[in-house]
Amino acid sequence: MDHQFQLPGSYKKWTYGLIGAGVIALVWGLIMYHPFEHAGHGEHADSTRFWAVLLQNSVFFLLVVNAAMFFICVTTMAMGGWVIAFRRVSEAISSVVPILGILTFVILMAIVFGGRTDIYHWLDTDAVAKDHILTGKSGFLNIKFYTIWSALTIFLWWFLGKKMRSLSLQSDKEGHMDYETGKKWIWKNTVWASLYTIVFTLTVASTIPWLWLMSIDAHWYSTMYSWYTFASTFVSGVSLIALFVIYLKNRNELPYVTEEHLHDLGKFMFAFSVFWTYLWFSQYMLIWYSNQPEETKYFIERIGTATKAGPYKAIFFLNLIINFLCPLLILMKKGTKRNWTMVTFMAVLIIFGHWLDFFQMVMPGTVHGHYHLMPFEFGIACLFIGLIMWGTGNYLSKHSLLAKNHPFLKESMIHHT
Amino acid sequence: MAGGIKKFVVGTFDDEKVLFPAVKNVRKAGYKIHDVYTPFPVHGLDHAMGLRETSLHTAGFIYAITGTTTALTFISWVFTKDWPLDIGGKPNFALPAWIPITFELTVLFSAVGMVLTFCYLCNLAPFVKKHHFHPRATDDLFVMAIECTGKTNDAEVQSFLKNAGAQEVNVQEVETGWWIGTYDKEQKLYKEEKGY
Repeated sequence: MDHQFQLPGSYKKWTYGLIGAGVIALVWGLIMYHPFEHAGHGEHADSTRFWAVLLQNSVFFLLVVNAAMFFICVTTMAMGGWVIAFRRVSEAISSVVPILGILTFVILMAIVFGGRTDIYHWLDTDAVAKDHILTGKSGFLNIKFYTIWSALTIFLWWFLGKKMRSLSLQSDKEGHMDYETGKKWIWKNTVWASLYTIVFTLTVASTIPWLWLMSIDAHWYSTMYSWYTFASTFVSGVSLIALFVIYLKNRNELPYVTEEHLHDLGKFMFAFSVFWTYLWFSQYMLIWYSNQPEETKYFIERIGTATKAGPYKAIFFLNLIINFLCPLLILMKKGTKRNWTMVTFMAVLIIFGHWLDFFQMVMPGTVHGHYHLMPFEFGIACLFIGLIMWGTGNYLSKHSLLAKNHPFLKESMIHHT
Repeated sequence: MAGGIKKFVVGTFDDEKVLFPAVKNVRKAGYKIHDVYTPFPVHGLDHAMGLRETSLHTAGFIYAITGTTTALTFISWVFTKDWPLDIGGKPNFALPAWIPITFELTVLFSAVGMVLTFCYLCNLAPFVKKHHFHPRATDDLFVMAIECTGKTNDAEVQSFLKNAGAQEVNVQEVETGWWIGTYDKEQKLYKEEKGY
């Protein structure tokens, strides 16, 4: 039980391979797409693509790893015992938040201070002054607020996540807890988890998707947008946890994780896929039904009108098939949720599907019809996946994979759905 | 579903910790457990008793897709063939507007269908009076009923149950299955009927 998990060579090879591929893509983009030129007159249209792809990937993967900490916090507050057998895995994933957070912040700042009006239209002060909708929003959509709030948000995610992780690691050193100490320790966890969740509500579930993503289409707004983004990244986050759990289980780690835990992770993947669809549909149907030009614009840019198909029609509906129909029909059965291969397959599919979802959220408002799904787009995704693997692997190989003194450990060991 | 008269050896237990090994030993000895009645749901008892996985959820899925199909075919027939109306300039085949109704019918069909199926599978209905092996099964006792066949030596089963930790052991003759109308009075056996 005291042995320390060592990263196998193949894991390291894949990590560095993916990061290497990503760096090559990034360098390629820096050289070929003139990212520091302005795309104003159609000369350097690729520079918009460069920043849009970086924005899509950094925000998506940051929110996905952050969802792992949200998963820990909500299960802590709900006194959930079943997760303890693999809690360190979600902790490991959430430890990537500072790395991706800094990276995302650098990218966001480069966009904002680089005056990328092709990404964020509201950066264009002349246009804002003439436009009464954007003037009205300028109290929220301005560089100062954007910068401070983004920095504060990433700091709080890191700080509160760090606190949760260190509480957990601290329990390893202190030995077995008696009833009173355990109760106090659980209460402490609950308080920090609640603080995290409040911050999460004020950021991921509201302001952050408005600022980082929705403001690309600065005139448009949807009250569903943040929840939609949250659902997207949370279901991907749970899928990512499932992937790491299955990987470690395959390497004979995590002795107490059984089919029962996998079944519950599968339920989360199923449930939040349906939740995502609920929000997808609520957003789509209300806009379709009321048919207001300023609202339908968002969907016309993507799927077009009855007479003219939009450039994103295929991706838009493929997104719905991957993220709704597949999880609904495949994960519905108990047998698939308890099947390690099927859950692995579905987790990869769901993460890819929501990456594609973010693609169609970011691209139409930035590169318009001229999108590409080429090695550059996938290369940047590889860079972020590699970084997640690197950070998660680091945490896993430094700390015990089992929170062995957690008061709920027994509950997790005998967990039975 | 015609029933018949069956003989049961009934044992009561007052603790889960005794009940579980008893269930295991009874099955190991080759006796057929008719059912175990408990005052509250006991986790893992279904596995211990070796009960088959229920197919209720498969039935639920079939009811659900029946609901989906009913909703979609009916609404699309009404709005495109039978009585097309122009509503807010929308096309007659207005799929997004139908999704809420489709969803609701899916849930309704699956919920109602599953409840009825469940009642059928458990022989539950207002007019059916069930035999209670022990009145305290709904209060504080775990009651195990072992079905006897022609070959079963019930004295042997009784002593077996006693050894397995049963508090109270007896033999009961009970009618099984659906008997609409005959169960409205206190326990009347089929063989007491006229013309048996």
